[in-house]
Amino acid sequence: MIPQEFNYSRPGTVQEAVDLLADHDAKVLAGGMSLIPLMKLRLSAPEHVVDLGRIPDLSRITENEGSLHLGALLTHHQVATSALVQEKCPLIAETAAHIGDAQVRNMGTLGGSAAHADPAADYPAALCALEAKVRLVRKDSERVVDIGDFFVDALTTAVEPEEIITELILPVEEAGTGVSYQKLRQPASGFAIVGVAARIRRDGGRIAMARVGVTGLAASAYRAAGVEALLEGSEGSQADVAGASAAVDEGIEAISDLHASSDYRRHVARVYTARAILAAL
Amino acid sequence: MKTQINVCINGQERTDEVESRLLLIHYLREVVGLKGPHIGCETSICGACTVALNGKTVKSCALLAVQADGQDIVTVEGLATDGQLHPVQEAFWNEHGLQCGFCTPGMLMTTRELIERNPDPTDEEIRHGLEGNLCRCTGYQHIVNAVKSAAAKVGG
Ligand SMILES: Cc1cc2nc3c(=O)[nH]c(=O)nc-3n(C[C@H](O)[C@H](O)[C@H](O)COP(=O)(O)OP(=O)(O)OC[C@H]3O[C@@H](n4cnc5c(N)ncnc54)[C@H](O)[C@@H]3O)c2cc1C
Ligand code: FES
Ligand code: FES
Repeated sequence: MIPQEFNYSRPGTVQEAVDLLADHDAKVLAGGMSLIPLMKLRLSAPEHVVDLGRIPDLSRITENEGSLHLGALLTHHQVATSALVQEKCPLIAETAAHIGDAQVRNMGTLGGSAAHADPAADYPAALCALEAKVRLVRKDSERVVDIGDFFVDALTTAVEPEEIITELILPVEEAGTGVSYQKLRQPASGFAIVGVAARIRRDGGRIAMARVGVTGLAASAYRAAGVEALLEGSEGSQADVAGASAAVDEGIEAISDLHASSDYRRHVARVYTARAILAAL
Repeated sequence: MKTQINVCINGQERTDEVESRLLLIHYLREVVGLKGPHIGCETSICGACTVALNGKTVKSCALLAVQADGQDIVTVEGLATDGQLHPVQEAFWNEHGLQCGFCTPGMLMTTRELIERNPDPTDEEIRHGLEGNLCRCTGYQHIVNAVKSAAAKVGG
Protein backbone atom coordinates (compact mmCIF):
# COMPACT_ATOMS: atom_id res chain seq x y z
CA MET A 1 0.00 0.00 0.00
CA ILE A 2 2.62 2.52 -1.05
CA PRO A 3 1.97 5.10 -3.75
CA GLN A 4 3.99 5.11 -6.95
CA GLU A 5 6.87 7.59 -6.94
CA PHE A 6 6.05 11.18 -7.81
CA ASN A 7 7.54 14.64 -7.69
CA TYR A 8 6.16 16.85 -4.98
CA SER A 9 5.67 20.62 -4.92
CA ARG A 10 4.14 22.77 -2.26
CA PRO A 11 3.34 26.22 -3.66
CA GLY A 12 2.65 29.11 -1.28
CA THR A 13 0.25 31.03 -3.52
CA VAL A 14 -2.54 30.29 -6.00
CA GLN A 15 -0.45 31.81 -8.80
CA GLU A 16 2.47 29.47 -8.09
CA ALA A 17 0.06 26.53 -8.00
CA VAL A 18 -1.56 27.25 -11.35
CA ASP A 19 1.85 27.97 -12.92
CA LEU A 20 2.95 24.50 -11.82
CA LEU A 21 -0.22 22.95 -13.23
CA ALA A 22 0.30 24.72 -16.54
CA ASP A 23 3.84 23.35 -16.87
CA HIS A 24 3.45 19.81 -15.52
CA ASP A 25 1.15 16.86 -15.91
CA ALA A 26 0.23 17.17 -12.24
CA LYS A 27 -2.47 16.28 -9.78
CA VAL A 28 -3.62 18.61 -7.04
CA LEU A 29 -3.51 17.42 -3.41
CA ALA A 30 -5.77 19.07 -0.84
CA GLY A 31 -6.67 17.08 2.30
CA GLY A 32 -5.68 13.82 0.62
CA MET A 33 -8.63 11.92 2.09
CA SER A 34 -9.68 10.68 -1.33
CA LEU A 35 -6.50 11.09 -3.37
CA ILE A 36 -4.00 9.37 -1.04
CA PRO A 37 -6.12 6.21 -0.61
CA LEU A 38 -6.44 6.07 -4.42
CA MET A 39 -2.70 6.54 -4.86
CA LYS A 40 -2.01 3.79 -2.32
CA LEU A 41 -4.20 1.45 -4.37
CA ARG A 42 -2.43 2.80 -7.49
CA LEU A 43 -5.78 3.63 -9.01
CA SER A 44 -4.23 7.06 -9.29
CA ALA A 45 -0.53 7.35 -10.12
CA PRO A 46 0.29 11.00 -10.82
CA GLU A 47 3.84 11.90 -11.88
CA HIS A 48 3.67 15.18 -10.04
CA VAL A 49 1.66 16.19 -6.98
CA VAL A 50 0.96 19.84 -6.24
CA ASP A 51 0.06 20.21 -2.55
CA LEU A 52 -2.31 23.13 -1.96
CA GLY A 53 -2.14 22.60 1.81
CA ARG A 54 -0.08 25.72 2.56
CA ILE A 55 -1.95 28.36 0.59
CA PRO A 56 -3.56 30.53 3.27
CA ASP A 57 -5.73 32.42 0.74
CA LEU A 58 -7.69 29.24 0.08
CA SER A 59 -9.02 28.94 3.63
CA ARG A 60 -10.90 32.22 3.81
CA ILE A 61 -14.55 32.73 4.70
CA THR A 62 -15.97 36.05 3.48
CA GLU A 63 -19.42 37.53 3.06
CA ASN A 64 -20.07 39.79 0.11
CA GLU A 65 -23.38 41.20 -1.20
CA GLY A 66 -25.63 38.37 -0.15
CA SER A 67 -23.09 35.65 -0.91
CA LEU A 68 -20.84 33.60 1.29
CA HIS A 69 -17.46 32.79 -0.24
CA LEU A 70 -15.89 29.64 1.16
CA GLY A 71 -12.26 28.90 0.32
CA ALA A 72 -11.69 25.52 -1.29
CA LEU A 73 -9.21 24.43 1.38
CA LEU A 74 -11.60 24.84 4.33
CA THR A 75 -11.78 21.52 6.12
CA HIS A 76 -15.08 19.82 6.84
CA HIS A 77 -14.45 20.58 10.52
CA GLN A 78 -13.96 24.28 9.82
CA VAL A 79 -17.13 24.49 7.72
CA ALA A 80 -19.14 22.58 10.33
CA THR A 81 -18.00 24.70 13.26
CA SER A 82 -17.59 28.23 11.84
CA ALA A 83 -20.09 30.52 13.60
CA LEU A 84 -20.35 32.66 10.46
CA VAL A 85 -21.14 29.69 8.22
CA GLN A 86 -23.63 28.29 10.74
CA GLU A 87 -25.44 31.62 10.78
CA LYS A 88 -25.30 32.57 7.09
CA CYS A 89 -25.51 29.20 5.40
CA PRO A 90 -26.57 26.59 7.95
CA LEU A 91 -27.19 23.88 5.34
CA ILE A 92 -23.52 23.61 4.34
CA ALA A 93 -22.42 23.56 8.01
CA GLU A 94 -24.93 20.84 8.87
CA THR A 95 -23.84 18.78 5.87
CA ALA A 96 -20.14 19.11 6.74
CA ALA A 97 -20.81 17.73 10.23
CA HIS A 98 -22.24 14.54 8.63
CA ILE A 99 -19.11 13.70 6.62
CA GLY A 100 -16.94 10.74 7.55
CA ASP A 101 -15.38 10.75 11.01
CA ALA A 102 -13.49 13.28 13.15
CA GLN A 103 -10.09 12.55 11.57
CA VAL A 104 -11.48 12.82 8.04
CA ARG A 105 -13.23 16.10 8.91
CA ASN A 106 -9.91 17.49 10.19
CA MET A 107 -8.16 16.90 6.84
CA GLY A 108 -10.78 16.64 4.06
CA THR A 109 -11.69 19.88 2.28
CA LEU A 110 -14.73 21.44 0.65
CA GLY A 111 -12.98 21.94 -2.69
CA GLY A 112 -11.53 18.43 -2.59
CA SER A 113 -14.91 16.84 -2.02
CA ALA A 114 -16.45 18.88 -4.84
CA ALA A 115 -13.59 18.07 -7.22
CA HIS A 116 -13.60 14.39 -6.37
CA ALA A 117 -17.37 14.14 -7.07
CA ASP A 118 -17.89 10.80 -5.43
CA PRO A 119 -21.48 9.73 -6.19
CA ALA A 120 -21.94 9.01 -2.45
CA ALA A 121 -20.36 12.21 -1.10
CA ASP A 122 -22.45 14.48 1.12
CA TYR A 123 -21.50 18.01 0.06
CA PRO A 124 -22.79 17.69 -3.52
CA ALA A 125 -26.43 17.40 -2.31
CA ALA A 126 -26.13 20.65 -0.36
CA LEU A 127 -24.22 22.39 -3.16
CA CYS A 128 -27.03 21.52 -5.60
CA ALA A 129 -29.77 22.69 -3.22
CA LEU A 130 -27.81 25.91 -2.66
CA GLU A 131 -27.28 26.53 -6.39
CA ALA A 132 -23.62 27.03 -5.57
CA LYS A 133 -21.12 28.57 -7.96
CA VAL A 134 -17.58 27.27 -8.28
CA ARG A 135 -14.63 29.56 -9.04
CA LEU A 136 -11.99 27.87 -11.18
CA VAL A 137 -8.62 29.49 -11.74
CA ARG A 138 -5.93 28.63 -14.27
CA LYS A 139 -2.68 30.31 -15.29
CA ASP A 140 -4.05 33.27 -17.20
CA SER A 141 -7.76 33.27 -16.58
CA GLU A 142 -10.58 32.26 -14.33
CA ARG A 143 -14.24 31.31 -14.67
CA VAL A 144 -17.25 30.73 -12.46
CA VAL A 145 -19.29 27.59 -13.14
CA ASP A 146 -22.86 26.95 -11.95
CA ILE A 147 -23.18 23.79 -9.92
CA GLY A 148 -25.68 22.46 -12.49
CA ASP A 149 -22.84 22.42 -15.04
CA PHE A 150 -20.17 21.32 -12.57
CA PHE A 151 -21.00 17.69 -11.73
CA VAL A 152 -20.70 15.84 -15.03
CA ASP A 153 -20.66 12.17 -14.02
CA ALA A 154 -19.34 9.89 -11.27
CA LEU A 155 -15.88 11.22 -10.30
CA THR A 156 -16.06 13.69 -13.20
CA THR A 157 -16.51 17.45 -13.00
CA ALA A 158 -16.01 20.53 -15.13
CA VAL A 159 -12.56 21.10 -13.56
CA GLU A 160 -9.82 20.95 -16.22
CA PRO A 161 -6.45 19.41 -15.31
CA GLU A 162 -4.71 22.79 -15.26
CA GLU A 163 -7.41 24.43 -13.12
CA ILE A 164 -7.93 24.61 -9.39
CA ILE A 165 -11.07 25.38 -7.45
CA THR A 166 -10.35 28.44 -5.34
CA GLU A 167 -13.74 28.97 -3.74
CA LEU A 168 -17.38 28.01 -3.60
CA ILE A 169 -19.93 30.78 -3.64
CA LEU A 170 -23.13 30.14 -1.70
CA PRO A 171 -26.18 32.28 -1.01
CA VAL A 172 -26.61 33.87 2.39
CA GLU A 173 -29.84 32.28 3.58
CA GLU A 174 -32.81 34.68 3.76
CA ALA A 175 -34.62 34.93 7.06
CA GLY A 176 -37.42 32.39 7.31
CA THR A 177 -35.71 29.74 5.20
CA GLY A 178 -35.55 26.33 6.83
CA VAL A 179 -32.87 23.83 5.85
CA SER A 180 -32.05 20.19 6.51
CA TYR A 181 -29.72 17.45 5.33
CA GLN A 182 -30.93 13.88 5.86
CA LYS A 183 -28.72 10.94 5.06
CA LEU A 184 -28.83 7.19 5.23
CA ARG A 185 -25.27 6.42 6.24
CA GLN A 186 -23.37 3.41 4.99
CA PRO A 187 -22.37 2.10 8.42
CA ALA A 188 -18.78 1.12 7.60
CA SER A 189 -17.60 4.08 5.55
CA GLY A 190 -20.00 6.80 6.63
CA PHE A 191 -20.70 7.73 3.01
CA ALA A 192 -24.31 8.34 1.95
CA ILE A 193 -26.38 5.50 0.52
CA VAL A 194 -28.71 8.38 -0.24
CA GLY A 195 -28.54 11.94 1.12
CA VAL A 196 -31.08 14.71 0.58
CA ALA A 197 -30.58 18.42 1.24
CA ALA A 198 -33.61 20.70 1.38
CA ARG A 199 -34.15 24.48 1.65
CA ILE A 200 -37.70 25.68 2.09
CA ARG A 201 -39.11 29.20 2.51
CA ARG A 202 -42.72 29.84 3.38
CA ASP A 203 -44.63 32.99 2.62
CA GLY A 204 -48.21 33.55 3.78
CA GLY A 205 -48.94 29.90 4.53
CA ARG A 206 -47.58 28.63 1.23
CA ILE A 207 -44.19 27.39 0.15
CA ALA A 208 -42.57 30.23 -1.80
CA MET A 209 -39.24 28.54 -2.50
CA ALA A 210 -38.14 24.92 -2.46
CA ARG A 211 -34.70 23.58 -3.39
CA VAL A 212 -33.86 19.91 -3.11
CA GLY A 213 -30.45 18.35 -3.83
CA VAL A 214 -29.87 14.60 -3.92
CA THR A 215 -26.68 12.56 -3.60
CA GLY A 216 -26.11 8.80 -3.72
CA LEU A 217 -29.03 7.93 -5.97
CA ALA A 218 -27.51 8.74 -9.37
CA ALA A 219 -23.97 8.83 -10.77
CA SER A 220 -23.87 12.54 -9.90
CA ALA A 221 -25.72 14.71 -7.45
CA TYR A 222 -28.64 16.66 -8.93
CA ARG A 223 -31.43 19.09 -8.13
CA ALA A 224 -34.81 17.39 -7.95
CA ALA A 225 -36.69 19.95 -10.04
CA GLY A 226 -39.88 17.85 -10.08
CA VAL A 227 -40.08 17.82 -6.30
CA GLU A 228 -39.40 21.55 -6.11
CA ALA A 229 -42.14 22.39 -8.65
CA LEU A 230 -44.73 20.31 -6.79
CA LEU A 231 -43.85 21.90 -3.47
CA GLU A 232 -43.78 25.53 -4.54
CA GLY A 233 -47.22 27.06 -4.15
CA SER A 234 -48.48 24.19 -1.99
CA GLU A 235 -49.32 24.52 1.69
CA GLY A 236 -46.67 22.00 2.61
CA SER A 237 -49.07 19.55 4.25
CA GLN A 238 -47.96 15.98 4.96
CA ALA A 239 -49.82 14.90 1.83
CA ASP A 240 -48.19 17.63 -0.28
CA VAL A 241 -44.75 16.56 0.95
CA ALA A 242 -45.40 12.86 0.34
CA GLY A 243 -46.73 13.58 -3.15
CA ALA A 244 -43.81 15.81 -4.07
CA SER A 245 -41.18 13.42 -2.63
CA ALA A 246 -42.42 10.63 -4.88
CA ALA A 247 -41.02 12.63 -7.81
CA VAL A 248 -37.43 12.59 -6.53
CA ASP A 249 -36.27 9.78 -8.81
CA GLU A 250 -38.23 10.86 -11.89
CA GLY A 251 -36.08 10.40 -14.98
CA ILE A 252 -33.12 9.29 -12.86
CA GLU A 253 -31.03 6.22 -13.55
CA ALA A 254 -30.51 4.90 -10.00
CA ILE A 255 -27.18 3.28 -9.22
CA SER A 256 -26.89 -0.19 -7.77
CA ASP A 257 -23.96 -1.63 -5.81
CA LEU A 258 -23.25 -4.14 -3.06
CA HIS A 259 -24.57 -1.74 -0.43
CA ALA A 260 -27.96 -1.06 -2.00
CA SER A 261 -29.91 -2.08 -5.08
CA SER A 262 -31.36 0.60 -7.34
CA ASP A 263 -34.94 -0.15 -6.20
CA TYR A 264 -33.95 0.15 -2.56
CA ARG A 265 -32.11 3.40 -3.27
CA ARG A 266 -35.19 4.84 -5.02
CA HIS A 267 -37.31 3.96 -2.01
CA VAL A 268 -34.83 5.44 0.46
CA ALA A 269 -34.60 8.59 -1.68
CA ARG A 270 -38.37 9.16 -1.44
CA VAL A 271 -38.39 8.59 2.32
CA TYR A 272 -35.38 10.81 2.98
CA THR A 273 -36.67 13.53 0.66
CA ALA A 274 -39.86 13.71 2.71
CA ARG A 275 -37.84 13.73 5.94
CA ALA A 276 -35.57 16.51 4.75
CA ILE A 277 -38.51 18.65 3.58
CA LEU A 278 -40.47 18.13 6.79
CA ALA A 279 -37.40 18.95 8.87
CA ALA A 280 -36.80 22.11 6.83
CA LEU A 281 -40.45 23.29 6.97
CA MET B 1 12.29 12.17 -5.37
CA LYS B 2 13.59 12.95 -1.89
CA THR B 3 12.57 15.96 0.13
CA GLN B 4 13.96 17.29 3.38
CA ILE B 5 11.42 17.64 6.15
CA ASN B 6 11.70 19.36 9.53
CA VAL B 7 9.22 18.21 12.12
CA CYS B 8 8.73 18.47 15.84
CA ILE B 9 7.68 15.07 17.22
CA ASN B 10 6.61 14.85 20.85
CA GLY B 11 8.57 18.03 21.54
CA GLN B 12 11.73 17.01 19.70
CA GLU B 13 12.89 18.65 16.49
CA ARG B 14 14.09 16.36 13.68
CA THR B 15 15.24 16.67 10.13
CA ASP B 16 15.00 13.79 7.68
CA GLU B 17 15.32 13.17 3.97
CA VAL B 18 12.25 11.26 2.86
CA GLU B 19 10.77 10.01 -0.37
CA SER B 20 7.74 12.10 -1.27
CA ARG B 21 5.60 8.97 -1.38
CA LEU B 22 6.49 7.89 2.17
CA LEU B 23 3.33 7.72 4.30
CA LEU B 24 3.42 9.49 7.65
CA ILE B 25 2.71 6.24 9.51
CA HIS B 26 5.69 4.53 7.88
CA TYR B 27 7.86 7.55 8.63
CA LEU B 28 6.87 7.51 12.31
CA ARG B 29 7.25 3.76 12.77
CA GLU B 30 10.20 2.96 10.54
CA VAL B 31 12.27 6.13 10.31
CA VAL B 32 11.62 7.69 13.72
CA GLY B 33 11.10 4.34 15.47
CA LEU B 34 7.86 5.21 17.24
CA LYS B 35 5.79 2.03 17.31
CA GLY B 36 2.89 3.55 19.26
CA PRO B 37 0.83 4.51 16.22
CA HIS B 38 -0.37 1.16 14.88
CA ILE B 39 -1.19 -0.02 11.38
CA GLY B 40 -4.58 -1.70 11.57
CA CYS B 41 -6.11 -1.48 8.14
CA GLU B 42 -3.82 0.79 6.14
CA THR B 43 -6.95 1.90 4.30
CA SER B 44 -7.89 4.97 6.42
CA ILE B 45 -10.79 3.23 8.16
CA CYS B 46 -9.69 1.86 11.56
CA GLY B 47 -7.99 4.83 13.22
CA ALA B 48 -5.25 2.78 14.92
CA CYS B 49 -2.68 5.06 13.24
CA THR B 50 -4.22 8.27 14.62
CA VAL B 51 -1.77 10.98 15.68
CA ALA B 52 -2.13 14.71 16.30
CA LEU B 53 -0.82 17.04 13.60
CA ASN B 54 -0.72 20.61 14.92
CA GLY B 55 -3.19 19.52 17.56
CA LYS B 56 -5.70 17.98 15.12
CA THR B 57 -6.13 14.23 15.05
CA VAL B 58 -5.42 12.66 11.68
CA LYS B 59 -5.03 9.15 10.29
CA SER B 60 -1.32 8.96 9.60
CA CYS B 61 -1.78 6.20 7.00
CA ALA B 62 -3.67 8.71 4.83
CA LEU B 63 -1.04 11.43 4.97
CA LEU B 64 2.35 11.82 3.36
CA ALA B 65 5.32 12.54 5.58
CA VAL B 66 6.07 15.57 3.38
CA GLN B 67 2.70 17.07 4.32
CA ALA B 68 3.92 17.19 7.92
CA ASP B 69 6.98 19.29 7.03
CA GLY B 70 7.30 22.23 9.41
CA GLN B 71 4.52 20.91 11.65
CA ASP B 72 4.11 19.61 15.14
CA ILE B 73 3.28 15.93 15.67
CA VAL B 74 2.18 14.22 18.86
CA THR B 75 1.95 10.43 19.01
CA VAL B 76 0.69 8.32 21.90
CA GLU B 77 4.27 8.27 23.21
CA GLY B 78 3.99 12.02 23.75
CA LEU B 79 0.91 11.91 25.97
CA ALA B 80 2.53 11.06 29.31
CA THR B 81 4.77 13.71 30.86
CA ASP B 82 7.50 13.02 33.41
CA GLY B 83 6.31 9.47 33.96
CA GLN B 84 2.79 10.72 34.73
CA LEU B 85 0.04 9.24 32.60
CA HIS B 86 -2.12 11.72 30.71
CA PRO B 87 -5.63 11.94 32.25
CA VAL B 88 -7.02 10.21 29.17
CA GLN B 89 -4.61 7.30 29.62
CA GLU B 90 -5.45 7.09 33.29
CA ALA B 91 -9.18 7.02 32.53
CA PHE B 92 -8.75 4.17 30.00
CA TRP B 93 -6.73 2.28 32.62
CA ASN B 94 -9.27 2.82 35.40
CA GLU B 95 -12.36 2.11 33.31
CA HIS B 96 -10.91 -0.92 31.47
CA GLY B 97 -11.22 0.95 28.17
CA LEU B 98 -9.07 -1.68 26.44
CA GLN B 99 -8.55 -5.39 26.11
CA CYS B 100 -5.87 -6.29 23.57
CA GLY B 101 -4.82 -2.65 23.32
CA PHE B 102 -4.30 -2.58 19.57
CA CYS B 103 -6.80 0.23 18.97
CA THR B 104 -5.80 2.10 22.12
CA PRO B 105 -3.14 4.51 20.81
CA GLY B 106 -5.65 5.81 18.29
CA MET B 107 -8.51 5.85 20.79
CA LEU B 108 -6.42 7.89 23.22
CA MET B 109 -5.42 10.45 20.60
CA THR B 110 -8.97 10.87 19.31
CA THR B 111 -10.35 11.09 22.85
CA ARG B 112 -7.90 13.82 23.73
CA GLU B 113 -9.23 16.00 20.91
CA LEU B 114 -12.84 14.98 21.53
CA ILE B 115 -12.89 16.21 25.13
CA GLU B 116 -10.90 19.30 24.24
CA ARG B 117 -13.63 20.26 21.76
CA ASN B 118 -16.50 19.06 23.90
CA PRO B 119 -15.63 19.01 27.61
CA ASP B 120 -18.90 17.39 28.67
CA PRO B 121 -19.91 14.92 25.94
CA THR B 122 -23.00 12.71 26.02
CA ASP B 123 -22.74 9.00 25.24
CA GLU B 124 -24.07 9.69 21.77
CA GLU B 125 -21.55 12.47 21.15
CA ILE B 126 -18.74 10.17 22.29
CA ARG B 127 -19.82 7.40 19.93
CA HIS B 128 -20.13 9.93 17.09
CA GLY B 129 -16.72 11.38 17.97
CA LEU B 130 -15.06 7.95 17.90
CA GLU B 131 -16.61 6.84 14.59
CA GLY B 132 -13.16 6.86 12.99
CA ASN B 133 -11.70 4.43 15.52
CA LEU B 134 -12.60 0.76 15.43
CA CYS B 135 -12.20 -1.64 18.35
CA ARG B 136 -12.48 -5.39 17.86
CA CYS B 137 -12.51 -6.30 21.56
CA THR B 138 -14.36 -4.10 23.98
CA GLY B 139 -17.77 -3.58 22.38
CA TYR B 140 -17.11 0.12 23.04
CA GLN B 141 -19.08 0.48 26.29
CA HIS B 142 -15.98 0.62 28.47
CA ILE B 143 -14.39 3.02 26.02
CA VAL B 144 -17.40 5.33 26.29
CA ASN B 145 -17.11 5.11 30.09
CA ALA B 146 -13.41 5.91 29.89
CA VAL B 147 -14.01 8.97 27.71
CA LYS B 148 -16.64 10.22 30.15
CA SER B 149 -14.32 9.70 33.07
CA ALA B 150 -11.48 11.46 31.23
CA ALA B 151 -13.76 14.40 30.43
CA ALA B 152 -14.81 14.68 34.06
CA LYS B 153 -11.19 14.55 35.19
CA VAL B 154 -9.94 17.15 32.70
CA GLY B 155 -12.95 19.41 33.14
CA GLY B 156 -13.12 19.09 36.90
C1 LIG C 1 -12.61 6.93 6.12
C2 LIG C 1 -13.22 7.95 5.21
C3 LIG C 1 -14.58 8.22 5.32
C4 LIG C 1 -15.16 9.18 4.49
N1 LIG C 1 -16.49 9.42 4.63
C5 LIG C 1 -17.07 10.34 3.86
C6 LIG C 1 -18.47 10.64 4.00
O1 LIG C 1 -19.16 10.11 4.84
N2 LIG C 1 -19.00 11.56 3.17
C7 LIG C 1 -18.26 12.22 2.23
O2 LIG C 1 -18.80 13.05 1.53
N3 LIG C 1 -16.95 11.98 2.08
C8 LIG C 1 -16.34 11.06 2.87
N4 LIG C 1 -14.99 10.83 2.71
C9 LIG C 1 -14.23 11.56 1.66
C10 LIG C 1 -13.72 12.88 2.20
O3 LIG C 1 -14.81 13.77 2.42
C11 LIG C 1 -12.68 13.58 1.34
O4 LIG C 1 -12.11 14.52 2.17
C12 LIG C 1 -13.09 14.37 0.16
O5 LIG C 1 -13.80 13.56 -0.71
C13 LIG C 1 -11.88 14.87 -0.62
O6 LIG C 1 -11.36 16.06 -0.11
P1 LIG C 1 -9.79 16.21 0.10
O7 LIG C 1 -9.55 17.61 0.48
O8 LIG C 1 -9.33 15.18 1.02
O9 LIG C 1 -9.27 16.00 -1.38
P2 LIG C 1 -8.04 15.16 -1.97
O10 LIG C 1 -8.14 13.76 -1.58
O11 LIG C 1 -6.77 15.88 -1.67
O12 LIG C 1 -8.36 15.31 -3.51
C14 LIG C 1 -9.47 14.66 -4.10
C15 LIG C 1 -9.53 15.01 -5.59
O13 LIG C 1 -9.88 16.37 -5.78
C16 LIG C 1 -8.85 17.08 -6.45
N5 LIG C 1 -8.78 18.39 -5.79
C17 LIG C 1 -8.67 18.60 -4.44
N6 LIG C 1 -8.73 19.91 -4.18
C18 LIG C 1 -8.87 20.55 -5.36
C19 LIG C 1 -8.99 21.92 -5.75
N7 LIG C 1 -9.01 22.91 -4.85
N8 LIG C 1 -9.12 22.21 -7.06
C20 LIG C 1 -9.13 21.22 -7.97
N9 LIG C 1 -9.03 19.90 -7.68
C21 LIG C 1 -8.90 19.57 -6.39
C22 LIG C 1 -7.61 16.22 -6.32
O14 LIG C 1 -6.72 16.41 -7.40
C23 LIG C 1 -8.20 14.83 -6.30
O15 LIG C 1 -8.48 14.41 -7.61
C24 LIG C 1 -14.37 9.88 3.52
C25 LIG C 1 -13.01 9.60 3.42
C26 LIG C 1 -12.43 8.66 4.25
C27 LIG C 1 -10.95 8.40 4.12
S1 FES D 1 -4.15 2.03 9.73
FE1 FES D 1 -4.69 4.09 9.38
S2 FES D 1 -6.83 4.06 9.58
FE2 FES D 1 -6.32 1.96 9.80
S1 FES E 1 -8.91 -3.33 22.69
FE1 FES E 1 -8.51 -4.78 21.14
S2 FES E 1 -9.04 -3.67 19.36
FE2 FES E 1 -9.69 -2.34 20.90
